Amino acid sequence: MEIRKDLPEIFEDFSEARRNGFISAKQFKDQNKPMIGTFCTYMPQELPLAMGAAVVSLCATSDETIADAEVDLPRNLCPLIKSSYGFGKTDKCPYFYFSDLVVGETTCDGKKKMYEHMGQFKDVHVMQLPNTQFGEQAFELWKSEIVKLKELLEEKFDVEITEDAIKSAINLKNRERSALKDFYSLGKLNPPAISGGDILKVLYGSTFKFNREDTIEEVKNLTSRILDEYNSGKKLDSKPRILITGCPIGGITEKVVKAIEDNGAYVVFFENCMGAKAIEENVSEDNEDVYAALAEKYLSIGCSCMTPNPNRITMLNKAIDEYKVDGVVDVILQACHTYSVETLTTKQFVNKEKNVPYMSIETDYSTSDVGQLNTRMSAFIEML
Amino acid sequence: MLVVGIDSGSTTTKGVLLENNSIIKTFIEPTGYNPKSTMMNIHSELTKGKEAYTVTTGYGRNLLENVDKSITEITCHAKGAAYLCSGIDAVIDIGGQDSKAIMLNSDGQVIDFLMNDKCAAGTGRFIEVMMKILHKDIGHIDSFIKDKTAVKISSMCTVFAESEVISLLANNKDPGNIAKGIIDSICIRTSNFAKKMPINSKSKVFFSGGLAKSDEIRLLLAEKLNCEVVTHEYAQYVGAIGAAVIGNQKANKILM
Repeated sequence: MEIRKDLPEIFEDFSEARRNGFISAKQFKDQNKPMIGTFCTYMPQELPLAMGAAVVSLCATSDETIADAEVDLPRNLCPLIKSSYGFGKTDKCPYFYFSDLVVGETTCDGKKKMYEHMGQFKDVHVMQLPNTQFGEQAFELWKSEIVKLKELLEEKFDVEITEDAIKSAINLKNRERSALKDFYSLGKLNPPAISGGDILKVLYGSTFKFNREDTIEEVKNLTSRILDEYNSGKKLDSKPRILITGCPIGGITEKVVKAIEDNGAYVVFFENCMGAKAIEENVSEDNEDVYAALAEKYLSIGCSCMTPNPNRITMLNKAIDEYKVDGVVDVILQACHTYSVETLTTKQFVNKEKNVPYMSIETDYSTSDVGQLNTRMSAFIEML
Repeated sequence: MLVVGIDSGSTTTKGVLLENNSIIKTFIEPTGYNPKSTMMNIHSELTKGKEAYTVTTGYGRNLLENVDKSITEITCHAKGAAYLCSGIDAVIDIGGQDSKAIMLNSDGQVIDFLMNDKCAAGTGRFIEVMMKILHKDIGHIDSFIKDKTAVKISSMCTVFAESEVISLLANNKDPGNIAKGIIDSICIRTSNFAKKMPINSKSKVFFSGGLAKSDEIRLLLAEKLNCEVVTHEYAQYVGAIGAAVIGNQKANKILM
């Protein structure tokens, strides 16, 4: 397979920040290394990493390309899906543009059907993700899909992915996950050391770094620096402590974090995909069967596309206690049926089992609801 | 101790003056195109230049400078309703551009709330638009719909419901029956929305907002919710009252 190294025609029209994104992606590609684009956290990043590829997240977080996407996709669809498709279609995302292969999974209905259209203009491989985490068949299906992805990568890029290489990739990813987990665990500090907005910036930013060893080092240094400053007295005020759960957030949806932190509270934990959902648990390094080890970790991710989805509740249960959470905010992206339906289970658990106030809010990638978000979040915080 | 509470709503701005925790003056005027000057005007009408601890609420709550506190309308509605009427479990407010259902504990503190602010359906605006087509003033709604039989209005969307009302009129349907249908539709919508909260047949619900002035609407809402729905002559001022009551507590705390 020919690896893409040229810049898109539209490049000259971009702002400096985006041009820099293209340039750094191009510099990586110029080393003759492939780039693999992903959407959901179920994708075992260890496989592309084992062949020296970069793995980038393609979930888009702005409304810039939604109108372009709506030419092909229905209006009443999740903004993340529309935006991501739009960025792909218009060559405006450096990481999509330079991805030699995009790997999706059969997660939610919107995404899996969108991939069919995306396949018209991009090389897309869709992994068949079971709808449940229970039973041997589900496990075997996912394990075989992981093996299939490995074989596909080998064939497409004409490389061999050895089990030893996968083992070192597992070790690398485990160290990265642990570093990120140690970082967001700063949220346990009471009063907090850093704002939720800053936690999110680091978690989000880490998904666009190509050199994982550098990321691990940077995140570790950052954590110890913040901890040192905290111990020498640099602390934030004591305010109500909020946990954010639900749909992916980042980019424009940071407006929710801002509405919380501008109105008298701090976000101390992110359960979302950008946060703990995919980072909290590592891949077993004791299991000799690397594919089984990968299948076990990734299949256990508590996304609402699973039925039932007890792992999300398990994570919330643990985090509410460990992070001394005063209130839970469930962020639902418009037209996300699975998270929206799950608000009932989540609310019942949070209110009744944990005795903690809960609020769900539906939002999209526009800024039109900022005033309403402020009112809701202020009222919620006044209630705590 | 004088305390002013001002509720800057999307349609009207309401103000109350409290002295020793009793209402001594109220004032209401259309919010208009300059919510800030409306609030300033109400403030001076109420205080007449005297010193007063001031709390603002409503969607324009952050516009006024030099106020002592700004609190959301959710917290203020709960406080105000509990002040006007003891023993209530919930507040349902149908406002000009949103509607809300708030659950309270026995101290009048908010324990949970829901807001519909995505769309005009289910808000006061819905009725306002419909009444305009029927050339009826919303203040006379009770005499207009009394003993009428509701015509079914199936559209929830304000724009579609407008076309539906126009075609009902074109089919020579009685305007009173149509108006009853409109009120019926908003009461069903409001009660379905409020029932997401733990409201049951033993609950006592306080109905606030401008529409609470109508007995017909209140009784219809009670029927749909299947519980007691009460209101108060000051129901439209409930947000401003709540702001002032909270202000009174804060001011006394400062003095002590």
